Amino acid sequence: MKLVIINYGSGNLHSVNKSFEAANQNLQEPYDIQITNDPEVVKNADKIVLPGVGAFADCKKSIFDITGMYESIEESVISKKIPFMGICVGMQLLAETAEEYGNHKGFGWIPGSVVKIAETKDYKIPHMGWNEVDFLDNPLFSGLSQKTNFYFVHSYYFQATNPQDIVATTNYPNEITAAVNRENIFGTQFHPEKSHDSGQVIITNFLKWNYK
Amino acid sequence: MLKKRIIPCLDVDNGRVVKGVNFVDLVDAGDPVEQAKIYNAEGADELCFLDITASSDNRKTLLDVVQKTAENCFIPLTVGGGVRTLEDIAKLLHSGADKVSINTAAVQNRDLVREASNKYGASTIVVAVDAKKVKEQQWQVFTHGGRNATDIDVLDYCKEVEELGAGEILLTSMDRDGTKSGFDNDLLKVITSNLTIPVIASGGVGNLEHMYEGVAIGGASALLAASIFHFGEYRIEDVKRYLADNDIPVRI
Repeated sequence: MKLVIINYGSGNLHSVNKSFEAANQNLQEPYDIQITNDPEVVKNADKIVLPGVGAFADCKKSIFDITGMYESIEESVISKKIPFMGICVGMQLLAETAEEYGNHKGFGWIPGSVVKIAETKDYKIPHMGWNEVDFLDNPLFSGLSQKTNFYFVHSYYFQATNPQDIVATTNYPNEITAAVNRENIFGTQFHPEKSHDSGQVIITNFLKWNYK
Repeated sequence: MLKKRIIPCLDVDNGRVVKGVNFVDLVDAGDPVEQAKIYNAEGADELCFLDITASSDNRKTLLDVVQKTAENCFIPLTVGGGVRTLEDIAKLLHSGADKVSINTAAVQNRDLVREASNKYGASTIVVAVDAKKVKEQQWQVFTHGGRNATDIDVLDYCKEVEELGAGEILLTSMDRDGTKSGFDNDLLKVITSNLTIPVIASGGVGNLEHMYEGVAIGGASALLAASIFHFGEYRIEDVKRYLADNDIPVRI
């Protein structure tokens, strides 16, 4: 079984890879984890991870600059329904639109838009650091207690149209989407790869996730 | 609620920790990777490496340390010291650093901050500022590890790098650094109240009350400390428990 982490130049690629490798070592049947920028490899993956830091438009452009990359991801995730995990901007890209330095289109896999965190007195932007997460009953949060802290770094968040797509939230000071899940598509606003043991639990859950 | 971050900082010279923790169970107290693992296990919210290696020939040693740390510690890792170019930043990120801190090079070349932020994301770029008090409510930027004065005002400079895309400011008071007399909370307050990005307080912390004051008076989002942890005076959990008892939100 092959898990691919898509390499389109995202700065945190190596952090993501190292945390997945660590969680993978504890599995009975570990994945073959591959970092790739090859659309052919993505087509044959059994699971896909899309990391992302930086600006929405830059990340999207970098993916589309690789000929055939988006098409391969879409074929695997939308047609073949293989499990997909987006992290931070990798999750925001699932939205239909984003208002960050202009208006941009996302993949449109989960209805909603990416909007700026409201400026509130005494709340610094970016929202940076460890914050408590409330989550729904979901296999991807198996083994975690409510209000577990995860590491966030972002100035924009995913305002999903359908409440049932939102599986976790945090507060800063208003409610912010912390994770989305629709069918085989999962995404976290926080960085599980930087969230110590709790993050490793989520990564392990994703590795074990059997979406049917 | 967002937690205030506690960040132990390790000074690394030629791949070795300069001031180490004297933990009995530590095989090699000079090994930054071993020290980082302990802080990681003890509940540090982030880690910071400051490379003080004089010779640039030895950068590879640092990259090796960063890589080994990133393989073992799944919390954010900031690395700084001698970062001059986009290539320096790329190499650190490729080794597994999550954030890169730029000090002198940002003063000399503001474009570096803008370019780095555009390329790697604001959250990846920390601008480290060494500040020295010149008169009441006024501080000056110093470079080259505090050796060279500039005529740049710290508040103006912080606002400028925020505009250029810095994700946070690591603010060190040169007057307080090493004194254990507490953070320069006047300095912190001026900067934190005029910036929208988070500020990490550094320089001068000697006890738990100082930690509390950095947040409660200075308005810092995160607290960086070296010697109080290294010499084993306080453990990370001591700091967190003290702050929690005083109604400062921390991750325990």
